Amino acid sequence: MSMTPAVEFQSVARHFGTVRAVDGVDLTVAEGEFFAMLGPSGSGKTTCLRLISGFERPTAGSIRIFGQDVSRVPPHRRNVNTVFQDYALFPHLTVRENVAYGLMVKGVDRRTRMARADEMLALVKLPDYGDRRPGQLSGGQRQRVALARALVNEPRVLLLDEPLGALDLKLREAMQDELKALQRRLGITFVFVTHDQSEALSMADRLAVFNDGRVAQVGTPAEVYNTPRTRFVAGFVGSSNILPPAFSTALGGPAAWVSLRPESVRLVPWDRSVHRGAVRDLRFLGAGTRVQIDMPQGELAALVPAGLPLPAPGDSVGIVLAPNALHPMEGEA
Amino acid sequence: MTAAPTAAAAPAPAARAPAVLPDRGPGDRLSRTFWRRPGLLTALLIAPPLLWLGVVYLGSLAALLAQSFFSIDPFSGLTVREFTLATYAELLKPANLDIILRTVTMAAAVTAGCALIGFPVAYFAARYARGRWKALFYLGILLPLWSSYLVKVYAWKLILAKEGIVSWAVEGIGASAILNAVLALPVIGGNSLSTSYLGTWIVFVYVWLPYMILPMQAALERVPVSLLEASADLGATRWQTFRTVVLPLAMPGVAAGSIFTFSLTLGDYIIPQIVGTSARFIGLMVYQLQGTAGNIPLAAAFAVVPIVIMLVYLWLAKRRGAFDAL
Repeated sequence: MSMTPAVEFQSVARHFGTVRAVDGVDLTVAEGEFFAMLGPSGSGKTTCLRLISGFERPTAGSIRIFGQDVSRVPPHRRNVNTVFQDYALFPHLTVRENVAYGLMVKGVDRRTRMARADEMLALVKLPDYGDRRPGQLSGGQRQRVALARALVNEPRVLLLDEPLGALDLKLREAMQDELKALQRRLGITFVFVTHDQSEALSMADRLAVFNDGRVAQVGTPAEVYNTPRTRFVAGFVGSSNILPPAFSTALGGPAAWVSLRPESVRLVPWDRSVHRGAVRDLRFLGAGTRVQIDMPQGELAALVPAGLPLPAPGDSVGIVLAPNALHPMEGEA
Repeated sequence: MTAAPTAAAAPAPAARAPAVLPDRGPGDRLSRTFWRRPGLLTALLIAPPLLWLGVVYLGSLAALLAQSFFSIDPFSGLTVREFTLATYAELLKPANLDIILRTVTMAAAVTAGCALIGFPVAYFAARYARGRWKALFYLGILLPLWSSYLVKVYAWKLILAKEGIVSWAVEGIGASAILNAVLALPVIGGNSLSTSYLGTWIVFVYVWLPYMILPMQAALERVPVSLLEASADLGATRWQTFRTVVLPLAMPGVAAGSIFTFSLTLGDYIIPQIVGTSARFIGLMVYQLQGTAGNIPLAAAFAVVPIVIMLVYLWLAKRRGAFDAL
């Protein structure tokens, strides 16, 4: 491991009075990585982002950016730029002036910075919008301007605070692809905050799941999705069944809390399995149908891929689990 | 029994609420009329103030302006109701130009003073004051406006007088030399603070300060914190952020506030009478010309001056982009 991590948190805490927004976080973000911080609101992910940008100072612990301790470095001297949740575009400046702002405050001459701003606007596919005001743009366009403005400084780390939250679904999906492609092309480390698990799973190289000011799990999307470490992670990422020890042992699993992906549950005629239940409800999801089954030990959800025959509510069904489908988790909540 | 709903389970059609609710009297009918003609209510609401503004307010202003194009007969002292620009020409006499220049300079100085003193207060209130502190801020700003203007001005005369609180306090801390040096300054100095331009300025600034702080605070309150953070994030120092983000976005408020302080100073005729050098200002001239001198046309011409100055001022402010962020 010769490479210095882009961002490194060592037992970082940030308390606001009695509120422990961030409470002992250890994190390492590698250079060039697309890293997501995922969690519900109030879980500390945004505070962690603000600790990197410098708008918050840690109560305890240390933060390093490319090996340098930044405890005493104010935001304007950190070579880290942010795409804000509300975009925070300057309403009194044109789009081009907005993008060139970072160069202006560094004293780059007008001609150079305007040319650079136009390059950045071309990069985010808004080449002809330089003379407009932010107020004349749509949400998606503002988002691109905010991105161009943050990238013009060629930051070592780009921070994105729920940047797609305000966009509608179609636009959000298109932007996800574009952000990912842009990150690959520029090779800049992206740290991305989101509460949308599908966004984090589909975009990130690695992600950290936050809960109550702590990191519940760090790993690749596949690791976090398939082997959630805690019940919280299993509940927050995907739509797993979370089964208590008694239910697990009844299904032939370990005597522990386990997670069970609905797609790992296969429905068979009731006489083909020892595990049986009654179908309570069906929910059509497009690519499949989620079937809610009442079992003797409790409720269970199965995902039936589109095209396979579906039971009707009230039917008795048998269930068969895929090998190793029951994944044990730590006892904590 | 099947699970299908039976007639007994569903409410009988008669028991269901009607799709259209019954008429509830004249108020209801009036509401319906307004709903069918959305313009009617607006017209009814706006007509009285429009009449007031158009006829009483602008009408009297027009009458005043018309007066300024008349002249006064030097022998009889009666107004000659014939169009002439002679009254305006009279404004250009050195003595009258002096008055205009003095008033405009004072108004500009008062505006600058209010802006400089008011900005930190407004900034603090907009950025940091919350809850009880914010209430205290409004109380502190508005409280002076609730007491009589005359009382405040006379109080200031006493405060600034030769034997007043200021000179007493200055003497107490052993800084009399500084006060005397300030009073010895040409033009703005004088015998005492209460008989100098400096004193007039202090009282003007005090009296009009709330009119500057409140719009500035409103403008600053509308600047989201994320803009300041974005600026710092992009590498700006505090000073750069202030100059390139805060100030431009506060400009509409500063402009609005300065319109108040500037025009209020231009028109005031009481403060220069009570505190200061007894040199005359536009307001005082208007007061004296329409009263004791009975020269309504010249008074009207003088009254036109602040209006013209304000129009030019607004036009300049607009050209400088003071309202761009609105």
